[in-house]
Amino acid sequence: MIVLAVKVNRYKCGYCGGCVAVCKETAIDLVEAFIEIDDEKCTSCRKCERFCPVGALEVIS
Amino acid sequence: MKDEYDVIVVGAGPAGSLAAKEAAKGGLSVLLIEKRQEIGDPVRCAEAVGHSTASKYLDFDEKSICTEITTATLILPNGLEFVLGSEGPEIYKGYVLDRKIFDRELANDAAKAGAEVRVKTAATGLIIENGQVCGVKVRHLGKEKEIRCKIVIGADGVESKVGKWAGLDTTLKLEDIESCVQYLVSGVSIKESDIRINIGNEVAPGGYLWEFPKGNNKANIGIGLLGSRVKNGARPIDCLNKFIEEKYPDAKILEMHFGADPVSSYMEKYYGNGFMLAGDAARMVDPITGGGIETAIVAGALAGQRAVEAVEANDFSEKFLKEYQKRWEKEYKNTFKRSLILKNFALGLTDEIANQYATEFKKQNIKEPIGFDSLIKALTKMDKTLLLKLGISLIKS
Repeated sequence: MIVLAVKVNRYKCGYCGGCVAVCKETAIDLVEAFIEIDDEKCTSCRKCERFCPVGALEVIS
Repeated sequence: MKDEYDVIVVGAGPAGSLAAKEAAKGGLSVLLIEKRQEIGDPVRCAEAVGHSTASKYLDFDEKSICTEITTATLILPNGLEFVLGSEGPEIYKGYVLDRKIFDRELANDAAKAGAEVRVKTAATGLIIENGQVCGVKVRHLGKEKEIRCKIVIGADGVESKVGKWAGLDTTLKLEDIESCVQYLVSGVSIKESDIRINIGNEVAPGGYLWEFPKGNNKANIGIGLLGSRVKNGARPIDCLNKFIEEKYPDAKILEMHFGADPVSSYMEKYYGNGFMLAGDAARMVDPITGGGIETAIVAGALAGQRAVEAVEANDFSEKFLKEYQKRWEKEYKNTFKRSLILKNFALGLTDEIANQYATEFKKQNIKEPIGFDSLIKALTKMDKTLLLKLGISLIKS
């Protein structure tokens, strides 16, 4: 089974918080100036990956 | 930090600070928390605001104003430009702000009114008992603490969690949020009283690219693309870089800003037992302009005032707090309704049709600046479907 997870490139992320707003599962949190992702809650719907203004989020297997 | 307050406000942006100020002015004990270590930073906004309704609740301080705006220039895909502004004797007035100063001063106003302000203090959850919100779980410097209160005001921005914790669905669809990047650039000569809006599917699919003067040869140049139209390789940052390389090759980038702007229009319901949401947290952003500072200021002030009334009446039920939503919508319901129709109309336009309308309109030699209402009127003459949609909405309201 392939397990997918969202990875944040912290060197790219501009911490706008948009990924948090589009995440239905409440799997993402913008903590001050960094993003935290709860892999347990993430369903790999890829909405955050699509939204990101800089492409800092990536779904990986 | 005490163990109990009348009101806890989550988020020290314009909505939160205004809410805290109004509540404190009314004699309540107020805690205003901000998760970041510095209020107003990093900037996530194009910083333009109209003078209008917001000035009822605050004085626009000189220190916070970079430039005074009287017109907006709309640039079509074919290069045709239209100057929008006031047609009447009164000149339109708006500002491009320095949000770092502006936001901090608003928090200072709240502090001066008596609110306690805590930075680097994040909300991590709500205390909910029998369906009533009655406190906030916070984290400060790694330490967790539960603080009780009568009312929570969630002004926690686009990434808001307060509404979700309280059971509202605040998730935005990709077609309801703009993905934004902005640079504060130096070395651009741009008229200081005019903001420039570039539209079209080449330059900014499902959004627009803005050039806002910041004074002293500086400008906010930024772009918002509709989330559902963002493509790999043509993300906001790529489109913005392309524009700046072509138009301002000598510009120096002083700051980079990233943002997310809700364009869904405000939520159906943004209050409940023991809580109210204000500003971006309640999606109070004008869907056509993307502006949300003014609406947040008004919302914050109204929420703070309702909190005072709730404490006086000792009633924190959703039935009592509903009045807050009523008051905010009295101010903005019709504007937002029209903006939503215009947004959907704009999203459906091809560049060819937009160019064609622009050419037709230019031929009429209408005196500029053109009022926003006149522009819409002219559009409805050329596009009967828009006329129909706006007409139906008028009948319904």
